[in-house]
Amino acid sequence: MRAYKTYIFVWLTLLVLTAATVSVSYMQLGVFNAVAALIIASVKASLVALYFMHLRHEKELVWAFALFPIAFLALIIAGTLTDTLFR
Amino acid sequence: MAEYSEKKAMASEGTAGAFEKAKLGIWAFLATELMLFGGLFTAYTVYRIRYQALFHEQHLHLNRTFGAVNTVILICSSLSVAIGIAAIKAGKLAVLKLCLAITLGLASSFLFIKYLEYSEHIGNGELPSSNLFFSLYYMMTGLHAIHVLAGMAALTTMLLLTNRGAFSKEYSTPVEITGIYWHFVDLVWIYLFPLLYLIG
Repeated sequence: MRAYKTYIFVWLTLLVLTAATVSVSYMQLGVFNAVAALIIASVKASLVALYFMHLRHEKELVWAFALFPIAFLALIIAGTLTDTLFR
Repeated sequence: MAEYSEKKAMASEGTAGAFEKAKLGIWAFLATELMLFGGLFTAYTVYRIRYQALFHEQHLHLNRTFGAVNTVILICSSLSVAIGIAAIKAGKLAVLKLCLAITLGLASSFLFIKYLEYSEHIGNGELPSSNLFFSLYYMMTGLHAIHVLAGMAALTTMLLLTNRGAFSKEYSTPVEITGIYWHFVDLVWIYLFPLLYLIG
């Protein structure tokens, strides 16, 4: 029963964050619109991974499998930008 | 008797070991999935920085309501999968069946809304060839929709296996692995929605 309660709490938080990201998008914040959207999306993604995908109960090896590709993606995007931004 | 319980202990250890390996397997697969979407996210970043005015103007053509409703649908479908898995771990087969059916229903509504969006855009002449923004929009949401379809195929298989009595309190590895995949499909949309619909 406690597991269901946690899931429902996470689900409600995800819905609130979705409403938040939609409302923030109507404000004129310039570059901070993108920053806010990405921060909220990352909080939502972390909640899904930690609670729904059970990452918080997993061992270090599973964490490594989950985090390694994210670091690689960051490297790919950053590496590409060092080229395309300065052409 | 001692031999029997020893065998049983070994067997359950074997199942637990198999579950650990299956989890590593799905996370390794998700790593390749992230790289598959990663190329598109990189292209999005590069072009959004270079053609800010185009992205801003074009993203206003997307229907925010449809996008937001689809976000809510996927979040709800993640919840129903999570509850289904918690239920089978408590031995509640009927709840798992219900949750899998609900998830499939939500996934179908997601695709139906996506269909409405695509037909609206095509009706307005906004095609993948129209401009860079719509190329990326169709490619990213299309690849995601293929993943929704693949997830639905996996969920349907799990529903059929559950009906055949393949899962129990002791054994539910395939359902849990399918669940992790389904949550990943939700995760990708969590980023696609703000990137395409909200910030241009």
